[in-house]
Amino acid sequence: MSESRGARIAGWGSANFLVIVFALFPVFWIAMLSFKTPATIADGRLIPSDWSTENYSQIFKQSVFTDALRNSIGIALISTLIAVILASMAAYAIARLDFPGKTLILTMALAIAMFPPISIVGPLFNMWRNLGLFDTWPGLIIPYMTFTLPLAIYTLSAFFREIPWELEQAAQIDGATPWQAFTKVIAPLAAPGVFTTAILVFIFAWNDFVFAFALTSTKAAQTVPAAIALFPGASQFSQPTGSIAAAAMVVTVPIIVMVLFFQRRIVAGLTAGAVKE
Amino acid sequence: MSTVAETTAAPARKTPKVTDRTKAERKLAWWLCAPAVIVMLAVTAYPILYSFYLSLLRADLRFPNDRSWVGLSNYGTVLSSSLWWSDVWHTTLITVVSVAIELVLGMALALVMHRALFGRGLIRTSALIPYGIVTVVAAFAWRFAWSAAVGGFVPKALGMDFDPLDPTHPFWNYVVVILTEVWKTTPFMALLLLAGLTLVPEELHEAARVDGASAWQRFWRITIPLMKPAILVALLFRTLDAFRIFDSVFIISNGPNAKLETVSILGYNVLLNRLNLGLGSAVSVLIFVLVALIAFLFVKGFGTSLAQQRGET
Repeated sequence: MSESRGARIAGWGSANFLVIVFALFPVFWIAMLSFKTPATIADGRLIPSDWSTENYSQIFKQSVFTDALRNSIGIALISTLIAVILASMAAYAIARLDFPGKTLILTMALAIAMFPPISIVGPLFNMWRNLGLFDTWPGLIIPYMTFTLPLAIYTLSAFFREIPWELEQAAQIDGATPWQAFTKVIAPLAAPGVFTTAILVFIFAWNDFVFAFALTSTKAAQTVPAAIALFPGASQFSQPTGSIAAAAMVVTVPIIVMVLFFQRRIVAGLTAGAVKE
Repeated sequence: MSTVAETTAAPARKTPKVTDRTKAERKLAWWLCAPAVIVMLAVTAYPILYSFYLSLLRADLRFPNDRSWVGLSNYGTVLSSSLWWSDVWHTTLITVVSVAIELVLGMALALVMHRALFGRGLIRTSALIPYGIVTVVAAFAWRFAWSAAVGGFVPKALGMDFDPLDPTHPFWNYVVVILTEVWKTTPFMALLLLAGLTLVPEELHEAARVDGASAWQRFWRITIPLMKPAILVALLFRTLDAFRIFDSVFIISNGPNAKLETVSILGYNVLLNRLNLGLGSAVSVLIFVLVALIAFLFVKGFGTSLAQQRGET
C-alpha cells in the first residue's frame, strides 16, 4: 500500500468522471440540440442560447412520428412477449431435462446470433410481399423474435440453472399440487431471469433499423428509427435537425429509464449469457 | 428437425435401457424446444437457401418476365466489380480499427467497473446508456456534432475550415463512423470482459502481491492469461457484429456521392434500391460466406481456448 488513500480516491474519481463523460456526452449534445429554436439550431453552440420545446410540439403534431412511436411500442412489446415465451420453454428443457439434441440446439442458436441480417433482408422482402406481410406488424415481429431467441435462450437457461428445483418437490411433498408448486414456488424464483431477458429482447427490437427500413414502407408499420431516418426537412434545402433531435430524445427516454431502474439486471443478464455457456 | 437426426443416433450411444420415464422426458423436451427451433430455422435457414437459389437466376423486379437460370454468373459479376472489393476493404478497415480500439477501451472500462472504490453503480448505469441507445439515434448524435453543414460544434471547436462529413473527406467520414461504433459498443465489449474478469480468483492477485509483483505485472501475468477465453469470445462477437455494420454508416455517410460504403449497404442498395434480386442475393450470400469464414477462422484458430472455457464453466 504505497499509494496514499487520498491519491487512490482522486485516481478512481477521475476514472469515474472520464467514463461518465465518455458515456453521456453525445446524449447530452443531442438533448441540447433538441431544445434549440429553428433559428439557432445551426449556430454550433453546445448550450442553447434560446431554450424552446418547439421541436417536441412539432413532432407530436405529425402523424409520421406519432404513428411510428405507436408501431415501435407495439411491435417491440409483442416481439418481446412471444420471444420470451418461446425461449422460456426451450430454456426450461435445456436447463432441466436430459435429451439428445441439446448441444445441437445451442449450437444452432449461437450460429443465428452471428448471422448477418442483411443476408436475409432480400429474401424476406420478397417472401413478405408474396405472403402479404410486407409493411405489417407481423412482418417485423417475426424477424425480431427470431434474432432475439438465441440471446433469450442463452440468458434464460443460465438463469434457470441457478434455480433450486428441489423446492418444487419439497412443496409437493408438503401437499401442494404441481400447479401450486409451480406458481407459488418456481415462478417467483424464475421471474427475475425472465424479466431481465425481456429487457434485453425489448432493447433489441426497439433498436433495429435494418429490418424496419427494408420491410416497411408506410406509417402502417414503420418504427421510429426508420421514420427519423426518413424525416423530411421543411424544404429541400433545410435539414430536419430539430425534429430528428427531439424524436431521438423521445425514443431514448425509455432506454434511460430502463437502464436507471434495472442496471443490475441488465449487467447480470448480459454477463450470464456470455460466460455460462 | 433435430429429433429425426438424434433419435437414430441416440440408441447407438446409450445402449438398451431407455426407460419410459426417459422417453417421456425427451419427448417433453423436444416439444418445448420445437417452436423456438422451427421459428429460427424458418426465418434464417430457409431465407438464406432461397437467397442462394435467387442468386443463380437473372431476377430483376423491374423486368419480372425476364427471369432465367444463369448459374454462377451473378457471382462472377460481383466478384469482378471493383465496387464490391472496395466495400469489402471499407468494411474490413472499420471492423479492424474499431474492434481494436474497443478492446483496449473495453478492458479499461471493465477494470473500472470491476475495481472502482466507489460509484460502481453510477458507472455501470452510465455505461449502459450507449449500449441501450438506438443505433440510429447514436449515429445522428455524432453526425450532428461533426457536420459543419448542420452546424455541429466539433468542426468549430477543432478549427476546421472544411466540413469533415463532406464526401470529399473520406478520412473524416471513417473517423466519425468509427467513433460512433466505438462509443456505442465499447460498453458491450466491457461487459463481456467483465464477465471474464469476475472469474479471476482474488487469491492469485493476493499471492502475487505478497511476492512483490507490481499491478502492471499482475495484469499481464495473471489477469490477461486467465481472461483469454473471455477476450476471444468478446472479440469474436464484436468482429462479426462490426462486419455487418449498416445503421451508422447509412446515417453518417450516405447519399449519392458517399465515399464510404460497406458490404451491407451495397447489399441493401442492389436489392432494395435497384431491385435486382439475383445480383443482390449473390451479394447477400457472399456476405454470409465472409461472416461464416470469420467465425470459422476464430473458432479454428482459438478453438482450444474456447473449448477450454466451455469445460471450465
